[in-house]
Amino acid sequence: MFAFILRRLLQAAGVLLAVALLAFVLFQYVGDPVMIMLGQEGTPAERDQLRKDLGLSDPVIVQFYHFLTNAIQGDFGLSLRQGQKVSTLLRERLPATLELSIAAALIALLVGLPLGVYTALKRHGKLSQALLAFSLLGVSLPTFLIGILLILIFSVSLGWLPSYGRGDTIKLGWWTTGLLTKSGWTHLVLPAVTLSLFQVALVLRLVRSEMLEVLRTDYIKFARARGLTRRAIHFGHALKNTLVPVITIMGLQLGGIIAFAIVTETVFQWPGMGLLFIQAVQFADIPVMAAYLCLISLIFVLINLTVDLLYFAVDPRLRAGLGKHSGGH
Amino acid sequence: MRAALAKFWEGDLAWSWRHTPVAIVATILLAILLIASFGADVLAPHNPFDLATINLIDALKPPVWHADGTQEYLLGTDSQGRDLLSALMYGMRVSLLIGLAAVTGAMFLGIVLGLISGYAGGRIDALIMRIADVQLSFPAILIALLIDGVARVVVPGDMHEVIAFPVLVGAIALAGWPQYARTVRGSTLVEKNREYVQAARVIGISSPVIMFRHVLPNVLGPVLVLATVHLATAIITEATLSFLGVGVPPTSPSLGTLIRVGNDFLFSGEWWITIFPGAALVLLVLSVNLLGDWLRDALNPRLS
Amino acid sequence: MTNTTNNQALSNSTDDATTAVNATDRVATNDPTNVLEVKNLSVEFTTRHGTLKALNEVSFSIAAGEVVGVVGESGAGKSLTGAAIIGLLEPPGRISGGEILLAGRRIDQLPDDQMRKIRGREIGAIFQDPLTSLNPLYTVGHQITETIVTHLPLTWSQGRNRAIELLEATGIPAARERIDHYPHQFSGGMRQRVVIALALAAEPKLIVADEPTTALDVSIQAQIIELLKKLCREHGAAVMLITHDMGVIAETADRVVVMYAGRIAEVGKVRDVIHAPRHPYTVGLMGSIPSIHQHVERLVQIDGTMPRLNAIPQGCAFNPRCVKVMDRCKIERPELQTLGSSQVACWLYPEGENNER
Repeated sequence: MFAFILRRLLQAAGVLLAVALLAFVLFQYVGDPVMIMLGQEGTPAERDQLRKDLGLSDPVIVQFYHFLTNAIQGDFGLSLRQGQKVSTLLRERLPATLELSIAAALIALLVGLPLGVYTALKRHGKLSQALLAFSLLGVSLPTFLIGILLILIFSVSLGWLPSYGRGDTIKLGWWTTGLLTKSGWTHLVLPAVTLSLFQVALVLRLVRSEMLEVLRTDYIKFARARGLTRRAIHFGHALKNTLVPVITIMGLQLGGIIAFAIVTETVFQWPGMGLLFIQAVQFADIPVMAAYLCLISLIFVLINLTVDLLYFAVDPRLRAGLGKHSGGH
Repeated sequence: MRAALAKFWEGDLAWSWRHTPVAIVATILLAILLIASFGADVLAPHNPFDLATINLIDALKPPVWHADGTQEYLLGTDSQGRDLLSALMYGMRVSLLIGLAAVTGAMFLGIVLGLISGYAGGRIDALIMRIADVQLSFPAILIALLIDGVARVVVPGDMHEVIAFPVLVGAIALAGWPQYARTVRGSTLVEKNREYVQAARVIGISSPVIMFRHVLPNVLGPVLVLATVHLATAIITEATLSFLGVGVPPTSPSLGTLIRVGNDFLFSGEWWITIFPGAALVLLVLSVNLLGDWLRDALNPRLS
Repeated sequence: MTNTTNNQALSNSTDDATTAVNATDRVATNDPTNVLEVKNLSVEFTTRHGTLKALNEVSFSIAAGEVVGVVGESGAGKSLTGAAIIGLLEPPGRISGGEILLAGRRIDQLPDDQMRKIRGREIGAIFQDPLTSLNPLYTVGHQITETIVTHLPLTWSQGRNRAIELLEATGIPAARERIDHYPHQFSGGMRQRVVIALALAAEPKLIVADEPTTALDVSIQAQIIELLKKLCREHGAAVMLITHDMGVIAETADRVVVMYAGRIAEVGKVRDVIHAPRHPYTVGLMGSIPSIHQHVERLVQIDGTMPRLNAIPQGCAFNPRCVKVMDRCKIERPELQTLGSSQVACWLYPEGENNER
């Protein structure tokens, strides 16, 4: 087991390194690094000095090393578009994205999971058919369209909920939260629902399909042959076995949520990292793009690692190691 | 040829299609949309790109069932006076072309890599699968965004329009190949140990021929299901990228671009400019998804 | 291992005296001492190719404590019979006729929640693959204890103690520790012992064992069968042993039911059926078993194959392959006739006549 963790950590480090390399290539060779660092101002003398300081005449490996050490400390230079430090910008925007993403993830889990179980257990009921149709619609609607529709209905027509921004936020240390104000909550509703809808549909279909698979297995058949109660079979056995593969996919979906936050933030002008990234792509703001890339990779790698460990904790077959069993017949 | 078609019609797949109302409806819907898109040159009531025919006076007209609507512009017009129905048909064509091209590309790349990976085994397999796994841990939209963004920066401004299409197709295709590779590799591993493959080897048939001529036909079933789902995803991804402003250039707008443009008019009450392209997009993706669902159930041997 | 040759079987006369008993007698009694009675059971499958009759008026009975083997080729309907008895017939299959009686009480039409109480408590089941029969995420102890407390009025710790006893009885060493192990930590044979323990956990009167040793190493098969027989005897449970392996039947069963194409060909005491088979199909079956005592050039084969469900011949299902076929066989289907302590469905032994050969 220890070997497993070590291997996964090394893998994670490898991925991060590869991503850093990609970001480095972006940084150094796309556009002029000196321009990137100094922005539009800077005298020719300053530029020359910076060129020496940056060690642009140094071998590539050395440059990469410097880039790495800077990156680890969070220093990606200045944003081309806004002139501020990239790290500052990201730090400002991170809480908004995280709050939105976690809200959406919670909705997806709390709504999608029970509905998925229901549609698996009551396969042929009317409600199940309706839910299934709804879930198909859910995966066929692009996130941005859902956002637009919700705005049309709840903001433009009914005027119940706001459609722009985050509302009033409160600063706690370096974190800003919208969860402590009423307007923060009203502003969170539509974006969170938008972001989560696709995931709800996905989770529903996934849980349903996994559970149906499990219900077809021999051990469930044997459980029925032993006369176990329906509740024991469905919730004790089938559900538990369903959740194991579902966990992995849910973990990956969290990554998808954070990525799709880009779209949601654009539609609702939610001041998060995603919106920042899109603006960076539109304006070819390399430092921001590179920094976002590295940060997102870090988050994903952490999520994947956690999911792998979770898998370990849940499936006893992995815990005991491979092929270990006592002898004898 | 007729005999082959007749045989197909009698087969299990066609039977399943005939007896699944949803599949029939979805096919008809998809057929209508396909005809409307690829026949846009002939079927569209107006040409939204011909500046001579566009009249600013006709701008922002509502759909025909409104008080101010006219029969000339069935679904209304946009801020420039372009007919929305026609723009929609051309837009659908763009969306479909990109989606189909991206799926083809991903399928091709994924099948080749999957076959090689499964058949060769060893280090090549490990390498390809490692790359696939890593890529799979990142959401496709992000990868597509990244490729698109980088291309945008690397390529000088005036070339943007020219390369926008290939870059977009390439981005979505590159984001999608791992799923195919994984599936094909899995099937290949199973087929590799079957007797017919070993027999072919003994006779002396070369590996590539075995891979493509013998193993490939047996792994196509799941690939087909994957392709339909992927088509839906690809269309959505392209629409999303265009909506975000990093997709197709505005000169040949896709449905996503139309939606983005129309979004600005949502609050002033001209909802049709964004809703109709949106509806078209949903119908397109929905019909593909419905067909994909049916195909998956029909090809699944355990459900029969 | 006992077996017989083709020639011997045909020339042997039956051990028992002739009987003029009405053929349907044995089948129609509601004898409550019989743990199981199956009467004219029919099972149909409705598919898009039409309705297929997978079981066609199958009748037999099992007395308390008896071991009855159900033997036949793949597709003859043995597993289906077992599934129908437990009430776990998978749709689109359904019981289309006949009755199943458990200790005199009809169970084939019971609603599911009542059937659930019977399963495990009165009828236990053992399936073929011990690896897939056990839930990999729960300990062996949990699964056994769960079964016990579902059916018997015991607390969890009482149930757990019983589980340990059961495991010990099935010959698993260090049961007290191993009860908390997961299925994957056991070898194949051990797992099947766990499955046997699970089947007997709630003290059922009848065990339906569907190919219990087929998935195991040959070297362990004998052990497991011995264990099954011993435990069932100790717990007073009858066994319906479904298998295609005549050897297992010969070693273990008291009586044997020979099935063919969804029908019963012959029923009788094991010794009778093996040494003096009556139905030509049974004769062929016995003849095809190689004997270490005989020196033969070729094994006996029955020409042809068992018909598919949608192509069952008219009359006797075996008639195309039968070496003793008569005209009547191709038109009328033979009913099960009683001959002494056996029953045969063959026109060689028509109704009411004493036909010895």
